[in-house]
Amino acid sequence: MSFSPALIRQDFPIFERTVREGKKLVYLDSGATSQKPHSVIEAESGFYKLHNAAVHRGAHQLAEEATDAYENARLIVANFLNAPGGSDEIIFTKNATESLNLLAYSMGNAKNTNRFALKTGDRIVVSEMEHHANLIPWQQLCARTGAELAWFSVTPEGRLDLSAIDSVITANTKVVALTHQSNVLGTIIPLEAIVARAHAVGAVVVLDACQSVPHMPVDVAALDIDFLSFSGHKTLGPTGIGVLWGRKNLLDELPPFLYGGSMIEYVTMTDATWAPAPAKFEAGVPNMAQAVGLGAALNYLSKIGMENIHTHELALTGYLLEGMRGIADLKLVGPTDTHSRGGAISFMVQDIHPHDLGQYLDSQGVAVRTGHHCAWPLAKALNVPASTRASLYLYNDESDCDALLDGIVGAKKYFGRL
Amino acid sequence: MQLDSLYQEVILDHYKHPQHKGLSPTFSAQVSHVNASCGDEIILNINLEGDLISELTWDGQGCSISQASVSIMTDLLTGKTLDQAAIILKSFSDLMASKGTSPGDELVLEDAIAFAGVSKFPGRIKCSLLGWMAFKDAAIQAQSKK
Ligand SMILES: Cc1ncc(COP(=O)(O)O)c(C=O)c1O
Repeated sequence: MSFSPALIRQDFPIFERTVREGKKLVYLDSGATSQKPHSVIEAESGFYKLHNAAVHRGAHQLAEEATDAYENARLIVANFLNAPGGSDEIIFTKNATESLNLLAYSMGNAKNTNRFALKTGDRIVVSEMEHHANLIPWQQLCARTGAELAWFSVTPEGRLDLSAIDSVITANTKVVALTHQSNVLGTIIPLEAIVARAHAVGAVVVLDACQSVPHMPVDVAALDIDFLSFSGHKTLGPTGIGVLWGRKNLLDELPPFLYGGSMIEYVTMTDATWAPAPAKFEAGVPNMAQAVGLGAALNYLSKIGMENIHTHELALTGYLLEGMRGIADLKLVGPTDTHSRGGAISFMVQDIHPHDLGQYLDSQGVAVRTGHHCAWPLAKALNVPASTRASLYLYNDESDCDALLDGIVGAKKYFGRL
Repeated sequence: MQLDSLYQEVILDHYKHPQHKGLSPTFSAQVSHVNASCGDEIILNINLEGDLISELTWDGQGCSISQASVSIMTDLLTGKTLDQAAIILKSFSDLMASKGTSPGDELVLEDAIAFAGVSKFPGRIKCSLLGWMAFKDAAIQAQSKK
């Protein structure tokens, strides 16, 4: 069957509504959060309707069914990412931000001979294109441990500058945490050289895959990375569910971050020992219905095929970039071709502030995001205090791109009226 | 179009031709304010002569609403006493909080009445308040130095 955004859209109830007095909804903000298909909404509400009980606890049928559904979702995630150690490597969190904080705080709890223990002289490497979620947890971990933060800069074209890779990832580097695909620039980073260098110095590679897992095949084994995070809500799944994947041997050594029920092995009044991962990192009753919804989302994506989705988005990105080239005064922020690039497209239109452009586009039914996109240091580095971002997904088609392009031209007329 | 109630001519006019932009070399107080969610920022200088606001100057970057609002505000408040300015500030804040239900008091707000339409766009209220909140802060700082 050929790839049909029109058919796909029929699975998403939100596209049945209109916005701003009867305008067709042109949703180009999936980079912020994706829309949800029926199957996800039903899986989440179906859990509440039929199976609701606290997982891993009750001595009754519902608890059994709830646990099965929750653990099945974990297995779906493990298969989706091709996790070499299976579902024991999948930790459910509330979103990617929590996944990254969990990792940073857990590392901060490591002592003495633990491989994650950090001290003065150690180094954590990030890049200038990080989302705040993959910058501030590391920045603050450095502040708590005395480790130093170093980073790859970004070239004017919006690519990672790897020219000094050996002096950025130094022998004392313990963590290299990078975004797989920039949520602002769309840039997909070349991992091979980075992973090779990081592993050569004994550092672990943490991938913020928020903008890649929803849009292209991501195989953690093939990438040879060590940790990965993504958010369910950007992946057609519910809000309140995120994933941290980590290699089994590393999760075994990593101390926990949150303490409480479900994460223990043995407890006395003065001490406790920990359950093996993933339980060790899932204290308290988790977001069960949301995990089940995420499982349904990944099944939906797998049925369509991540390779097909990536191909579709790439073609659409090419189409949009081509159309943008035809608009005078439009400047792209990020790579201008589709090489190693995804469908997050940020741009500026001369003399129209992004917030005003976004407002005009909204009046035409076109939903985009404006601002610094939670990557303030990147905005400063590129000297682009704010931009407008359109981000594409499987349900978008050329007519959505045309609506955006027409909207930009319309905004130029509207704000040029004085 | 509903958009026209937001983008009044006087707003776009001030955006394109901002008043009192360019910081004075001396000041009674200087403040800098940002809208963390969108990156808009302004620096505001206030000069007081007794209780009189003798000069307001600013610099900054941001959307038409935030920039026009500072421009109109500096026009409006220059030459007023702090007490008069407080009344105008209160009137403007009330208008922004009205969710489009209040026409605003044109006698008090003068050109700033153009922002009445902004109160219908929840996402833009903080844009129009950026300069006014900076003024409030600057006035307090300048007074406390006296
Ligand atoms: C690259 C990247 N990392 C991290 C995040 C944070 O995701 P969340 O807010 O779902 O935790 C985002 C979301 O915008 C993102 O785009």
